[in-house]
Amino acid sequence: MTCNEAEILLHALIDGELDASHAREVEAHIAGCPRCAPKLAAYRQMSQAVATVDLRYTAPPLLRKRIEASLPKPQVATSRRSVLRGFALGSAMSAIAASGLVAIVLRNDDEQRIEGEIVSAHLRSLQAGHLTDVVSTDQHTVKPWFNGRLDVSPPVIDLTAQGFTLIGGRLDYVDARAIAAVVYKRRAHVINLFVAQTASTEHRPARMATVQGFNIRRWSDRGLNYWAISDLGADELAEFGDKFEAATRVNSEG
Amino acid sequence: MFSAKAAQEAMPVSNSGDEADKALRFREAALPYLNDVYTLARYLLRNPADAEDAAQECYLRALKHFDTYRGPAMKPWLLAILRNVCRAEFSRRAASPSTTIENTPEAADEPPLWHEEQQTPEEQMLRERDAVAIRRLIDALAEPFRETFVLREVNNLSYREIAEAVGVPVGTVMSRLARARAMLRSAWLAEQE
Repeated sequence: MTCNEAEILLHALIDGELDASHAREVEAHIAGCPRCAPKLAAYRQMSQAVATVDLRYTAPPLLRKRIEASLPKPQVATSRRSVLRGFALGSAMSAIAASGLVAIVLRNDDEQRIEGEIVSAHLRSLQAGHLTDVVSTDQHTVKPWFNGRLDVSPPVIDLTAQGFTLIGGRLDYVDARAIAAVVYKRRAHVINLFVAQTASTEHRPARMATVQGFNIRRWSDRGLNYWAISDLGADELAEFGDKFEAATRVNSEG
Repeated sequence: MFSAKAAQEAMPVSNSGDEADKALRFREAALPYLNDVYTLARYLLRNPADAEDAAQECYLRALKHFDTYRGPAMKPWLLAILRNVCRAEFSRRAASPSTTIENTPEAADEPPLWHEEQQTPEEQMLRERDAVAIRRLIDALAEPFRETFVLREVNNLSYREIAEAVGVPVGTVMSRLARARAMLRSAWLAEQE
């Protein structure tokens, strides 16, 4: 090996880019070469000095924002498929981008869209003759009715004692998919409780939203997503949700 | 019922759905390297405003080609795109012959941002002075050497990745890096005298 070769290869040696046999060759030359040995030492020192200082620049936050804004917004997509996938994969997505606000934004947006559809389904149900497919105040009639119609068995709980009367169930469509609707009444107010399967089994605490004047209470539990929607006041709808959740807990534990 | 697989089977493929997917995947894959992209842009263009524009353009182009992206690793791929953006900027500019320190006041003026560890104020001051000095020396290197040096020492690319990003043989990367370090070292030594 010549000194000219070694002079270039010693950098690869410092950078750890040489395979074992070439590294040995370069080291052997340098060990026996009074010209190359001090060079290796000097460049090693320089590399270390360079490595100890931070030579990186940090992108200004405004640049980051500008770039994010210039990328197509995931929520622009209006396709049902993307909505559905974003929805179904909600928890998977947040796991993929545990740190990514992007995924969370997408998910929220999907939820908003779904909430819009929930409102539409609720409104449809209030039109004459659309409220229930199975009319019964008996949870043991309503619950089996869903069997074979859906691949999910929604909990149907009689809350009459708590002031919410079960009046039946029906199949509805949200996101172009069949979804269970369990119907309750309080005084003259209809509550539609929509139940859909979700990929996530985590418990998500209730969140209230108001869409087009309707209150929606949304939560997830044991692999099911719930939306309770009504023109009831938020406090009464929250009460309904609390009682329903308490009852499902008793049912599953008891 | 709400399973993704069933959804895919049931729904016709929709472009906007794919676009949303793509945008999301792109953000997750590419945005974490923004500091790398911006850093290289700063060293190549030696001007914060131009570097910002180049970084933004880089991300737009990368998104456009994200469909056909099959590798290499995301970082060298982005840096290769950035490099092309910068080259376009070079040819747009009147080819500037400047490789001298006087032409790069920004590097010295700009207060650098630090990822700080536990340091005494004295150590930190020393280090900042070092960093400012080294950045200035890097900025003074001629373009191909500066580029290779930054890709290696600052962006931490391997020789092979640099070769791919720059579009030259690995041997060229090695000789450029050796020359870059030699020039930097003599400039450094000259400064210390």
